[in-house]
Amino acid sequence: MELTPDCEALADAYSHRTSARIRGPYYATDRVSRHLKPPVTVDSAADNIVDISDVHFAFGARSIYTGLDIAIPRGAVTAIMGPSGCGKSTLLNFIGGRLVPDRGTVTFDGTSVPGLARDALFDLRRHMGMMFQASALLTDLSVFDNVAFPLRENTDLPEPLIRNLVLLKLELVGLRGARDLRPAELSGGMARRVALARAIAMDPAIVMYDEPFTGLDPISKGIIVKLIRELNEALNTTSIVVTHDVTEGCSIADYAYLLGGGCVVGHGTPAQLMSSEQTEIHQFMAGLPDGPVPFHYPARTYERDLLDD
Amino acid sequence: MESTNACARASAGIPNLIMIEMLRALGAWVILFVNRLGRAGVFLWVIVVSAAARLRRFGLVVQQLFAVGVLTLLIILVAGLFVGMVLGLQGYYTLVDFGAESSLGLAVALMLTRELGPVLSALLFAGRAGSALTAEIGLMKATEQLAAMEMMAVDPISHVVAPRFVAGVIALPLLAAMFTAIGVLGGYIVGVGQLGVDSGVYWSAMQEGVDFYDDILNGVIKSVVFGIVVTWIAVFEGYDAEPTSRGVSRATTRTVVTASLAVLGLDFLLTALMFGEV
Repeated sequence: MELTPDCEALADAYSHRTSARIRGPYYATDRVSRHLKPPVTVDSAADNIVDISDVHFAFGARSIYTGLDIAIPRGAVTAIMGPSGCGKSTLLNFIGGRLVPDRGTVTFDGTSVPGLARDALFDLRRHMGMMFQASALLTDLSVFDNVAFPLRENTDLPEPLIRNLVLLKLELVGLRGARDLRPAELSGGMARRVALARAIAMDPAIVMYDEPFTGLDPISKGIIVKLIRELNEALNTTSIVVTHDVTEGCSIADYAYLLGGGCVVGHGTPAQLMSSEQTEIHQFMAGLPDGPVPFHYPARTYERDLLDD
Repeated sequence: MESTNACARASAGIPNLIMIEMLRALGAWVILFVNRLGRAGVFLWVIVVSAAARLRRFGLVVQQLFAVGVLTLLIILVAGLFVGMVLGLQGYYTLVDFGAESSLGLAVALMLTRELGPVLSALLFAGRAGSALTAEIGLMKATEQLAAMEMMAVDPISHVVAPRFVAGVIALPLLAAMFTAIGVLGGYIVGVGQLGVDSGVYWSAMQEGVDFYDDILNGVIKSVVFGIVVTWIAVFEGYDAEPTSRGVSRATTRTVVTASLAVLGLDFLLTALMFGEV
């Protein structure tokens, strides 16, 4: 079969990856691309794309992390689980350089993220994709333009090629037919899928998902689960899924971390976590209302409250 | 006796405590104000630097010119017409007592070019476009659109804030010019059409008395300054808003209040500088 000119251009783009055409002096030498080794399977556990070590962090007086250690294996789907408010999303902000830890190190493919200057940080982010909990689609743009946005802003690719790339991403998430709709016309599940297509638009080395299953109906949830798993394989990328949904998180993860009390409570394969006897892990995985994470917010005794006027 | 003294001492101490508390509150307000002013100053510098780069891709500025300029045009034209008509009425009834109704055109034009055109346009602009800018940017922040841009390696200040700032600075002087022009026409409709002032006298008095540099150019300078200040306040309040519905609502209110007061305060300063000693 002969390739049409458009298909040839598409194939060419993929053979070089879009990063080769990314604007900016950093990419004149393509430093990150040199650093980024081809993704491998989860077998080589020592090959970590993200390393978080001894991270301490507090929002004002409220301590979030007190010595967090996490390693994200390249090529795998890693779930970061834990109760609401334990700082799961904050972790993604460290990797993306939107927050800087008070202490400790965060490295992305060997590059220390907190120490980066703004331009270098933006160059690094071109190799990351992120799907936000609220989808965060640009409301004044159509579905097509939302997915095209990072390509138009970060690359010098010609418009016909951008069109093909966008249609390809939308086809992957099953929304090619919805390309002319506005974000306000989409259901919650469709908006997440568009956000997913936008997150993978630049063929990132890593895709971060912030609570991808929250607020979705079972069908939409199933679609997102399927897409995260399949896209990780198809795009040869690494995925970090931050979630408090145990069933969905465990169904797609190769490896999982459970956070609580400012540090890692446990980690392992989903099967290992499910069978753990450790009370902190068991409470979360089994969804028990009381345990190491107490049902009651700290307060003085009920008796004293009743007796006091 | 001792307890009476203690009570007297305690009651004497209450005003002191209130005074200390008031001073503490004043100090906290001043620190907060200076802190926000400093952040707003840095923000303006970053916008100006980003705007220079953004001018190379002027498409976004054109979009925003439509949003903040064209969509504000109707309210400016309607308000300008009515203000001009009121000036025509008031001016005529004041001048006619001195037999000086022939100066009506000059009086209307001077009031509009020097003061009312720039000031009222800026106040209307703050209410219509400024509040919309703050609410839009604040909601983009609350719905994580700005965070998403950052994660896509797109600077939100360069992509969202700078085009809106440039558009606001361009739009307000043009709107003020429209306000003045339609106001002069409103004065003409009332003065000439209703009250019988001679048409030729209306225009010729204006032509002779209005100076391009002293009146028109100073009015344009005022509207440019107001454009910078109002748009700066609007985009800063939006970008600095607490990312909640309450936070966006409060930021929008702050934009209208702060921008309006800033316009009136600056108008006094600029007038004093341009038209004489205080």
